[in-house]
Amino acid sequence: MAMVARPYDLPISPQDRRAPGRMGMMLLIATEASFFVYLLFSYFYLASMARGAWPPDGNNPALRLSLPNTIILIVSSGTMWWAEAGIRKGQQARLRIGLLVTLILGMLFLAIQGLEYSNQSFTPATDAYGSLFFTITGFHGAHVAAGLLMNIFVQARAWAGHFTATRHLALSNVALYWHFVDVVWIVVFLSLYITPRLG
Amino acid sequence: MAMTSGSPAIFGTAGPAAHQIAVLGWVLTIISLAVLLVVSLILLVALFRQRAARAEQPESVVIRPNGSIRLIVWGGIVVPAIILICALLFTLFVQSAVATPPATPVATIRIVGHRWWWQVIYTAQSPDQQVVTANEIHVPVGQPVRLELVSADVVHSFWVPKLAGKTDVIPGQQNTMWMQADKPGIYWGECAEYCGLQHTHMDLLVVAQSPADFRHWLDQQRQPPPPPTDPVTATGERVFTRQACAACHTVGGTPAMGTIGPDLTHIASRRTIAAGTLPNTPGNLAGWIANAQGIKPGNDMPTMSLPPGDLQALVAWLETLQ
Amino acid sequence: MAIATAPTAPVGKLARTWETAPGLYGVLATVDHKTIGKRYIVTALVFFLAGGIEAAFMRTQLIHSNVHLLDAEEYNQIFTMHGVTMLFLFASPILSGFSNYLWPLMIGARDMAFPRVNALSYWTFLLSGVFIYTSFLIGQAPDGGWFAYVPMTGRTYSPGLNIDFYALGLIFITISTTVGAVNFVVTFFRMRAPGMSLNRVPIIMWGTLSASVAIIFALPALSAACVMLYFDRRFGMHFFDAAEGGHPLLWQHLFWMFGHPWVYIIVLPAIGLASDMIPTFSRRPLAGYTFVALSTVTTAILGFGVWVHHMFATGLPMLATTFFSAASMMIAIPSGVSIFAWIATIWHGRPVFRTPFLFLIGFIVLFVIGGVSGVMTAAVPFDWQLTDNYFVVAHLHYVLIGINVFPVFAALYYWLPKMTGRMLSERYGRWVFWLMFIGANLAFFPMHISGMLGMPRRIYTYQAGLGWDTVNLITSIGAYVFALGVLLFLVDFFRSLSVGPEAGDNPWDAPTLEWSVSSPPPPYNFAVIPTVRSRHPLWEGRLDEEYHTLIGSGPVLDRGRETFGTSALDSDPFEILQMPEDSLWPLILAAMMTVTFYGLLFGVWWLAILGLVLVILSLAGWCWPKLVREDEMDLLPEEG
Repeated sequence: MAMVARPYDLPISPQDRRAPGRMGMMLLIATEASFFVYLLFSYFYLASMARGAWPPDGNNPALRLSLPNTIILIVSSGTMWWAEAGIRKGQQARLRIGLLVTLILGMLFLAIQGLEYSNQSFTPATDAYGSLFFTITGFHGAHVAAGLLMNIFVQARAWAGHFTATRHLALSNVALYWHFVDVVWIVVFLSLYITPRLG
Repeated sequence: MAMTSGSPAIFGTAGPAAHQIAVLGWVLTIISLAVLLVVSLILLVALFRQRAARAEQPESVVIRPNGSIRLIVWGGIVVPAIILICALLFTLFVQSAVATPPATPVATIRIVGHRWWWQVIYTAQSPDQQVVTANEIHVPVGQPVRLELVSADVVHSFWVPKLAGKTDVIPGQQNTMWMQADKPGIYWGECAEYCGLQHTHMDLLVVAQSPADFRHWLDQQRQPPPPPTDPVTATGERVFTRQACAACHTVGGTPAMGTIGPDLTHIASRRTIAAGTLPNTPGNLAGWIANAQGIKPGNDMPTMSLPPGDLQALVAWLETLQ
Repeated sequence: MAIATAPTAPVGKLARTWETAPGLYGVLATVDHKTIGKRYIVTALVFFLAGGIEAAFMRTQLIHSNVHLLDAEEYNQIFTMHGVTMLFLFASPILSGFSNYLWPLMIGARDMAFPRVNALSYWTFLLSGVFIYTSFLIGQAPDGGWFAYVPMTGRTYSPGLNIDFYALGLIFITISTTVGAVNFVVTFFRMRAPGMSLNRVPIIMWGTLSASVAIIFALPALSAACVMLYFDRRFGMHFFDAAEGGHPLLWQHLFWMFGHPWVYIIVLPAIGLASDMIPTFSRRPLAGYTFVALSTVTTAILGFGVWVHHMFATGLPMLATTFFSAASMMIAIPSGVSIFAWIATIWHGRPVFRTPFLFLIGFIVLFVIGGVSGVMTAAVPFDWQLTDNYFVVAHLHYVLIGINVFPVFAALYYWLPKMTGRMLSERYGRWVFWLMFIGANLAFFPMHISGMLGMPRRIYTYQAGLGWDTVNLITSIGAYVFALGVLLFLVDFFRSLSVGPEAGDNPWDAPTLEWSVSSPPPPYNFAVIPTVRSRHPLWEGRLDEEYHTLIGSGPVLDRGRETFGTSALDSDPFEILQMPEDSLWPLILAAMMTVTFYGLLFGVWWLAILGLVLVILSLAGWCWPKLVREDEMDLLPEEG
């Protein structure tokens, strides 16, 4: 006679780092990161094939707006981390405030980037450099926007009290995504804004 | 119809580059066939060895795993690695050998790929020594020439199988290669990169001649054609320069200086028209002018509706452009 | 583990829990991996037939010089769509279909890790294929070849919608492929039955895992390239425009950085299928299991280091081409290891010549031919004579038909009985095999020769007198013979559904877990989750294994849709996963994506934006959790 059993002391859908959903988000990040790798490959490839100066006409993209903007985004990763650390201790208020501040900083980032775009002397259709500049920063901006939409989504859930100290995988995944977006920006910033200045 | 004898094959070559590559090719082909034969034999043995004994075993029996690692290591790693390393070394040797021509090139020819024809420019120090023609390249036997390959539009690939491997023709970049024919003859060339509607009708001929004949040809190409000597050909020239022809084509010594289509200064000296599509006969020439879109749909030459008298005169005049 | 025991598994309750809802809702909302797997297979086979019809047109056009059945533009659209269809809409999806169907059954799980994502990957596959094929309705199918080199596919030389269908269609299909790949990777590491450690998984798992990891890192190159192409065409950008700082070779690099891993993605799972079938017909476990698993992974990794071999004629410096030439030759070694593992399995086994095995023998032979012709093209100077002509067409068809199509047909004969409960006919099967094997060789072996005779690729006709007529005639005849074999398979398949003999649980006396359940399997796969003790659970008794896999006694997991979550290496269960019910969100999301893509295609920007907004809302709807009252959750006190 076969024995069948109902195991009762394994946790049900735990939301720690071993959860399938966590691994899924990491793989999604891996594929999105690869996308940026290929975009940056294109940038450096065309730079290496350029006959004249790169950027053309020798104008390095300005740091006046982009450097503060970088700091804003890094701070927003800090506030997101702070929010997640809060909910790990069960502190709902800290989670909600942290998410809100992160959202505001992220929106500020996009606004400043929009300002930078409007001040640019070139467009995506000017030349290949312009196409690359706007496409790379533009896709990054799109990922920021996606991160902000995710932020709004988990904020709604946070305000509805869905998350507890042990059950907040959706929030952790959004936080991970947000940190990824920040890291991408640092790499993009170094590639597009700093490497031309390195002679 | 092909204007050369037989296929533009990569074996039975006529030049040192293609020859060295063909040797490599034979070696790799023989190795490949040998590998195929040996592996197939081993597979057949595996399938049919001890047929009677194995047939006696009922299918429900499951055989225990036993010593098969040797076969895998030797057959799958050691022997292939040895073969591949040898193949790689020989490949590197040949690649090195064909990288440079056997002697200094005697001419530099600029080849511009267009949709769907080949512009051929024999470069020279002074402009009056330059020769511009289309779809036909003459080379001296036994002497290398240097080819500069550029594109006017999309990616093409320049390929004369009997003389050398192919080199892509890429806008924004100049590729160079050398080419040499060791036997006199006419060698078929093709575009080998899909470039649109008439990719298949973008052929060319390489005519290998004795160095003396080559110099004679080059001199002749440098001369402007003689002016028309009779009323028919004079009419033909008028038709050419007054109709749309002159807007696209150049004929030296006339007002026609168009650069969209091939240079026709010595059109009658060429063996084919429309980039190898048709043999160059008066009938075909007339047919081409009257119905270019029917013969090579989508190409840049419009179908010219000329009154029959004009067409005849035009063709007669073009036939004088030797 | 705290245990409450019962004498038998509550199969009625399990069936009700796991069954798809009845009616149209169930059809549209199912997340059952078996249904999704079967849909993938059927849809992929429909695309295979479409690609085959396109090939039939091509081979009829080329049967002789100067045949003008099709004009140049028609031919160019047909050969492009033949490539796009076979490579994107058949070769990968059919393997996803088999993997989707088989994985949970082979690993003792009740479904894949993300069932709704699974449904999404199918719907986006179907809709992206439909999207690309609607191009035929307006006579503007893609016509730039399956690798669409710029500048010819830029807006100057391709002003119509053809290439927009191509670029957007491919971006659409990468969504399907990528989310599917994520699902496979997570399933591999989290869903295997207790005891199924890494060295006990069937090779198909290694094959699809390797392919999925490769997909995650390689597909973005295609997306990036297609985005740039679309931007150049639609917004006048200059990525590939040499005059403005771009370069045509950027497209080629990006495309082949995707394209070369792609060709391994579409064969490694098939190699896995073959590696799991050959032991059954050799009556012994696979020889060199570890070698084969490692070869699979190694090939996937090395596949990222050879892309330049598609660009040997572009004028790159010798140092670069030399490196890639060496890498392209060395990548043959893992393939050789696998081939000899199969031969060793047969050698030390007892061959059973059923239809699947015939296809597997054919697969080995065609694999060797494709492999050696690949080594020939890996030699740079010889490649300058072989690339872009029919020799490389021969090579690619040998590897695709040999290493994808033949294992797929073996798998159809082998696993369709599990899916339908009916066997196909051995008699028909032999005919199908021989027609396909002889047809394939008649069609593609002469192509080596027509290539060596100087016949370039992608020509809609050829002149007489070039010596190409005879080889092309043989090729075309071979193509028709091959097509006949495929048609006969279809006849056999439909016949078998009504008159095929009943399959029973394990018609092939095979060793793996999927053969321990009924044919077709119940909706819950396993009433009792097995505890695995070897690679060949159903053969343990006859191999005198020390420990036996537990089948039929063990954990039941029947409080809703449940399965185990297990550790990555040793597959120890550490959690119970609650799986989702049927859901319409995957279909809705896929449909909204379609709207967005049509908006982008026709440049109707408000539609594209509307589609995007609806996509975002659909995602939100999908992700909003189904809330359960705290007292309804079966949790231990400390779970809170």
